[in-house]
Amino acid sequence: MSTNPVTLGVFLVLFVTVALLGLLGARWRAGDLSQLTEWGLGGRSFGTLITWFLLGGDLYTAYTFIAVPALMAGAGAAGFFAVPYATLMYPVLFIAFPRLWSVARRHGYVTAADFVAGRYGHRGLALAIALTGLVAVMPYIALQLVGMQVVIAALGLNYAVALPLVGNVSIPLLVAFMVMAAFTYTSGLRGTALIAVVKDILVYITVLAAIIFIPSELGGYGKVFAAVDPKLLLLPRGTADNLGPGFAYVTLSLGSLLALFLYPHSVTGLLSSSSRHVIRRNAIILPAYSVALALIALLGYMALAAGVKTMPEYAAGFKSFGASFAVPALFLHMFPAWFAGIAFAAIAIGALMPASIMAIACGNLFTRNIFRGFIAPDCAPATEARVAKFIAFAAQLGALFFVLELKTTYAIQLQLLGGIWICQTLPSVLLGLYVRLNPAALLAGLAAGVGSGTWMVAQLKFASSTYPLHFFGLTIPCYAAVSALTLNLLLAFALTPLFNAMSRGSDETVAADYV
Amino acid sequence: MNDKPRRGFHPVYLILLIPYLAFAWVPFYDRIDPRLFGIPFFYWWQMVWIVLTALCIVPVYRHQEKRNK
Repeated sequence: MSTNPVTLGVFLVLFVTVALLGLLGARWRAGDLSQLTEWGLGGRSFGTLITWFLLGGDLYTAYTFIAVPALMAGAGAAGFFAVPYATLMYPVLFIAFPRLWSVARRHGYVTAADFVAGRYGHRGLALAIALTGLVAVMPYIALQLVGMQVVIAALGLNYAVALPLVGNVSIPLLVAFMVMAAFTYTSGLRGTALIAVVKDILVYITVLAAIIFIPSELGGYGKVFAAVDPKLLLLPRGTADNLGPGFAYVTLSLGSLLALFLYPHSVTGLLSSSSRHVIRRNAIILPAYSVALALIALLGYMALAAGVKTMPEYAAGFKSFGASFAVPALFLHMFPAWFAGIAFAAIAIGALMPASIMAIACGNLFTRNIFRGFIAPDCAPATEARVAKFIAFAAQLGALFFVLELKTTYAIQLQLLGGIWICQTLPSVLLGLYVRLNPAALLAGLAAGVGSGTWMVAQLKFASSTYPLHFFGLTIPCYAAVSALTLNLLLAFALTPLFNAMSRGSDETVAADYV
Repeated sequence: MNDKPRRGFHPVYLILLIPYLAFAWVPFYDRIDPRLFGIPFFYWWQMVWIVLTALCIVPVYRHQEKRNK
């Protein structure tokens, strides 16, 4: 694909500005960055507005902005599950997570596994929660770099350099990686929060332009929906012996929304806020991003209506990235060159910013729950911060190797599994904010949930996560995370009285810590 | 900060269940008509519920503010 100098120019100006902002973030409301809570939680200082930008950028990543429309273009109505998912998570956020914030503040917890360690006094369970978080978030970082690759391809920047050991590496990807690693290391969560503000403003501008300008060029929303295969426009109805795609749709939303705030990067974002009330207010104002997400999902249909898939100039992009190239191709085709530059900057920065928080979350988890938990229990706070910075860098480097060396489909499959795995921490973390089950029973439930969830997806050849269950001749197509969680919960509740008879473990929290 | 144990359940919290019921009733909104600006019902109904869900949280938020005073 050829490079448009105007598009590239606008993109570069925005990208460099953001990179500088990220590096300067270290000085913004400067704290002592040798402390883990300063580097890895921004000093727990962010107010309502900054948290809104930070969580918005953290939860609605560039990968979402590329993958959701791609799914819509391919699967139709089923892809719209992202909307109930991104909406129904907010009452849960509003009710439960201020409790996590309060107990974390009272006891100095930085991660969900910290809470589990304190709540249950069980090192094995805390380690299992930390490892589940690490394994679930790693492929997510890799997918952000995939999003970056899509933008680089759309900009027509195919410059590669041959490096020893890894072979050909795209220079723009390497530059983007170094920018991200640099601001993550020097500024921690403060740099990321500053970047989030710019990134989200760019995203809203792009979405607003896209939903007004593109449909009017295509002849209105009626024409856009007319381009979709009528069979895909709605969910097929269930039958007497099959609950049908509608049930799968609901469980997919439910499992995803329950999992989202259990991800390490979500916890990092939530705990960085300055009070529990910041979280409560954000549950009301964050849905603005879900409106944007719903409109972005419709871009998938607009790509169908514009017919970009069959245009020769985008053939190479579709060949490399499949349906993920639909949105970049649509922007290139519909927008003036300078505006395409803004849109691509929004996606590229939207990839680096959450990838940075995810890496910080990996650093926090490893340092608190593996390094301090098992290797050096009495380490100094400065050592903690140093280890976390190093691990965050290692996580980003790992993600880079992942996208360079392995097929993108592995990252997608691992992220699919990651969502199912992280959902299994719900009984220990989310439910643990209300009810204390026995830690050994929780560990058994977690193992059963992860095991059965993985087995179901393996049965589906890692291509889907909706596993059909059969009960008395009735077929129930259910998101594997939800059926695995049901088994997990049943086991945890059933085994609790039994294990409590042996040992309850200790709980350092009291009821008043949560309110 | 309130150090007393949690008070009894208040019915205002039931409002938070409404959005879950609205989205769970798929057969109701899985239809084309009526359209809005050419957008089929399935899509605009769910988009409207994004805003309505946020609005459902508001009375509960207010209730908590009053309780904490």
